[in-house]
Amino acid sequence: MNDAHAKLRGVKRIYRGVGKQPPTHALGPVDLDLKRGEFLSVVGPSGCGKSTLLDVLAGLARPDEGTIEFEGKLVQGEVPDGIGVVFQEDSSFPWLTVRENAGFALARAGMAPAEIKERVDATLSFMGLASFAESYPVQLSGGMRQRLCIARTLVTRPRLLLLDEPFGALDQQTRLLMGDELLRLWRETGATVLLITHALDEAAMLSDRVAVMSARPGVILDLVETDWPRDRDSRIVSEPSFGAVTARLWSTLRGESMKSMATQ
Amino acid sequence: MKFDKLLVLAAILGVWQMTSLLVGVEVLTPPLGTFAKIGRLFADPDFGGHVWETTRAFALALVLSLAIGLLVGLALGADRLAAEVGEPMLTAFYAIPKVTLYPVILLFFGLGFAAKVAFGALHGIIPVALFTMAGVRNVKPGWLRAARAMRLTKLQIARSVLLPAALPELVAGLRVGTALTLLGTLIGEMFASQRGLGYLLLQAMERNDPATITALALLLTIFATSASALLLALERRLDHARVVA
Ligand SMILES: Nc1ncnc2c1ncn2[C@@H]1O[C@H](COP(=O)(O)OP(=O)(O)O)[C@@H](O)[C@H]1O
Ligand SMILES: [Mg+2]
Repeated sequence: MNDAHAKLRGVKRIYRGVGKQPPTHALGPVDLDLKRGEFLSVVGPSGCGKSTLLDVLAGLARPDEGTIEFEGKLVQGEVPDGIGVVFQEDSSFPWLTVRENAGFALARAGMAPAEIKERVDATLSFMGLASFAESYPVQLSGGMRQRLCIARTLVTRPRLLLLDEPFGALDQQTRLLMGDELLRLWRETGATVLLITHALDEAAMLSDRVAVMSARPGVILDLVETDWPRDRDSRIVSEPSFGAVTARLWSTLRGESMKSMATQ
Repeated sequence: MKFDKLLVLAAILGVWQMTSLLVGVEVLTPPLGTFAKIGRLFADPDFGGHVWETTRAFALALVLSLAIGLLVGLALGADRLAAEVGEPMLTAFYAIPKVTLYPVILLFFGLGFAAKVAFGALHGIIPVALFTMAGVRNVKPGWLRAARAMRLTKLQIARSVLLPAALPELVAGLRVGTALTLLGTLIGEMFASQRGLGYLLLQAMERNDPATITALALLLTIFATSASALLLALERRLDHARVVA
């Protein structure tokens, strides 16, 4: 028996062209098993289909071929309960306060206000946003807004957390610290995490396994196990084995990035 | 704040009084004379009927402006291609002096109530549609994706994401649409009607009766400015969340 938390088999995605444009084969075929509780990163050159992979895995888009299973059930054009998504772009709602943003999904799901408040307070302080609860997103920095988007997803207590380049817009130091927060969050929630990133060092530092994708149409070229301890943090970048992991990732990715650059 | 407004009011009354002394009270009736005239207008048993006529025509025209403008704006805003074709057409149509279309309206609706309602709506529909379009286009695709990822139903997405995202523009459209619908209705009354405030205004112009003209102008101004100020205040409150510094 396969006890994978999520299972992708032969997943392909082809965007139909608008008007006379030809269709774009963006992804696949991809086969991938996410183990329950693991931290898996996906790296690949830009435009290789990483966001597309997240969309079909989350159920936001249907694959054109292949199947996706989450907790043993088929994912079909609808986001299953238990999956939480944080998007590449800032998607906080500017007309709501930080607190209202964070409680948005719970309120729509009909949870009692007292319970929402309890969960939101806990999550906001976990994400370091407690003192901004009554602020509006425009009053926050980019990093804080991204933390708000993570908080908004975390309050639903997802068992599988999908993150699409959540730190893409942040500077290097903030990224490292956010990485540490993400590790802490992963340890404390016990969730399975799939992180999409284009940053090799980020993938190498955070993950149990790193999937390396080819240039478009993205397929998985290599799956690298890191063997890091569960209570790791960003200081792992100074370990000698860290260099070995990034070197292996780069040796696969280098050629793909060159192909990707040539076609863009 | 309150003091400021009183000051502005006093200044307006002062300038008004001075101007009418300068150009002569037989050309521009001064404030006191105008207030007295308004009192006499309301005492006239016929006046209520004219007010009621205009109110009815305006209300109906406004409902039509909003309903049709919203539908057109939503349809064009939801589809990028339709918006690319539709927006320049609307903007061009908006720029036409609507009075030139008046004969066409009369041909369709004849003289009377229907024609002025149609003329009022003609003025209001396009701004409402344009603002609605802008509102719909303000909705970031990321908000919709996030809402779907949080497992909201279609109805919940419409209510909790689309509506609040587009609301400031919708209220702006309501404000501009209200002002222009009133304008259109009054113009309609001036040319093709035997009833209503527009008709009274035209009659007073023909009789060369500045007191009545000034009194009616003041009444309409008060109505239009308070409606506009109310909606503007609402708009500012809704926008607060986006512009607070
Ligand atoms: N809605 C769409 N319609 C057509 N092509 C798309 C669409 N979304 C993405 N693509 C194309 O599919 C490819 C993969 O996109 P994406 O998954 O966003 O890549 P990544 O996230 O790795 O940068 C790109 O070439 C992109 O241009
Ligand atoms: Mg992407």
